[in-house]
Amino acid sequence: MSYPGVSFEGRMASVEFRVGERAHITVDSEVCRSCTTKDCVRACPANLFVPTTDGGILFNYEQCFECGTCYQVCNREGAITWTYPAGGDGVVFRKG
Amino acid sequence: MPDDAMTVDAVVVGAGPAGSAAALELARAGRDVVLLERGAFPGAKNVYGGVVYGRILDDLVPQWWNEVPVQRWVTRRSTMLMTPTQALTIDFRTSAWDRPPYNGMTTYRADFDPWLAGKAVAAGARLVTSTVATSLLRDASGRIAGVRTDRPDGDIRAEVVIACDGVNSFLAKEAGLLPRADSAHTTLGAKETLALPREVIDERFGLAGDQGLDIEMLGCTSGIPGGGFLYTNLDTVSVGVVVGLDGLVAAKVRPEELIASLKAHPAIAPYLRGAELKEYSAHMIPEGGYRAMPRLAIDGMLVAGDAASMCLAAGLWLEGVNFAMGAGLAAGQTAAEAIAAGDTSARGLAGYRRRLKACFVLADHKRLRNAADIVLADRMQQEYPGLACDFVEQVFTVTNPVPKLGMAREFFRSVRLNDVRLRHLAQDGWKALRAFR
Repeated sequence: MSYPGVSFEGRMASVEFRVGERAHITVDSEVCRSCTTKDCVRACPANLFVPTTDGGILFNYEQCFECGTCYQVCNREGAITWTYPAGGDGVVFRKG
Repeated sequence: MPDDAMTVDAVVVGAGPAGSAAALELARAGRDVVLLERGAFPGAKNVYGGVVYGRILDDLVPQWWNEVPVQRWVTRRSTMLMTPTQALTIDFRTSAWDRPPYNGMTTYRADFDPWLAGKAVAAGARLVTSTVATSLLRDASGRIAGVRTDRPDGDIRAEVVIACDGVNSFLAKEAGLLPRADSAHTTLGAKETLALPREVIDERFGLAGDQGLDIEMLGCTSGIPGGGFLYTNLDTVSVGVVVGLDGLVAAKVRPEELIASLKAHPAIAPYLRGAELKEYSAHMIPEGGYRAMPRLAIDGMLVAGDAASMCLAAGLWLEGVNFAMGAGLAAGQTAAEAIAAGDTSARGLAGYRRRLKACFVLADHKRLRNAADIVLADRMQQEYPGLACDFVEQVFTVTNPVPKLGMAREFFRSVRLNDVRLRHLAQDGWKALRAFR
């Protein structure tokens, strides 16, 4: 049995985000260059980590679930700086 | 507000079930308590995975079931063992769960958490939303003495801080109670909430009125330690997976791919035909249980709920919100007493652990401290669901003209088919008996 799946963009469009001005998570791409596994790329449920051609990582904080998976699986000290968005900003789950 | 810090008796960080329960008890004891919430409203950051058990509310809110924002009362509970092509379901339903005081409910955290926070506010707690507690304040002696927030002039001094700031608890980490990261004891839950008309849900799942179903699944996560779940809301169905972070990383799959494969399973897909995605969500779960719990009381601070690793992930029992509420109540009561007695040191707050040990919160966690390891072990995840499914398939496959093999021979055949060693099966069975005794 199959039915049409939803695209990743459609999936993320189902979630409300109040995007703050400050990037609450930052990635030090220099550190990421030495990482061979880049586990954050696959583990992030919002798919926010994008490997770049030069071996670094691009990160988009705007659609972040604030779950913490990325820093938990990261094996490079200092690669991911993780804080919460400013109060009231960030993800708003309605059916969580 | 003047530029000097606001001073209160207690500050509770996080208006989830632990924090609201703690603030409620403090307010009822007549204490001046501020309840901080970083979301725009309580529950905005929260996700759960199936059932909230409400009996802990009996003493707090008489006849809570008449007012709690419930979706459905769980009257039917299934445990499903799966392989990619098979499913063996143990399905239980009882009318005892269909009437007050009920057993479990499904709800949306964006409804449930504000309801409970409202109880704290009605009792006199001050709820401050859209505010992050960014760090701990300490007095001249180095003792915890409040929190700094991300509001201008937002320091809040308090005799007790109650950290109910969730699985990532930066306050417990700052206090040195939790490691920076603990991927071995942390799982990721990823969930889709899908719209279906109420009548369709009633028909597909054999429900009526506000009856609900919760299915817990084993063997549906591509061999990654974890499980799946599906539960019914009024006019949505929530389906998802919970997987260990280390296993997820090792398997090199994406979380939503695991949901997609669960949704496509022949035992699940017919339930979800035509369902439309309403919301995708994800949240971490602290599953280390008793052995991973931090110190719960230090000078000037208590820790409760997910921040204290109080989710019970014990296979048969998957509970969290009730543990958070139970711990929050105990924390609030202890803090109120300690403030009244003028001693909010670790010693003055030691009653917290005593209270938790005397009730289900630590009693259940201690009793089931080895259960998670057994449920998440490789053989339980990768071999035993197939063994059970193959055995049942063989037993019920009529092979005429070949006569029936008999149960014992069918069993050993399934054991061989799944490369299970009888020695392991016996060992694991014994371990499971001990862990769940």
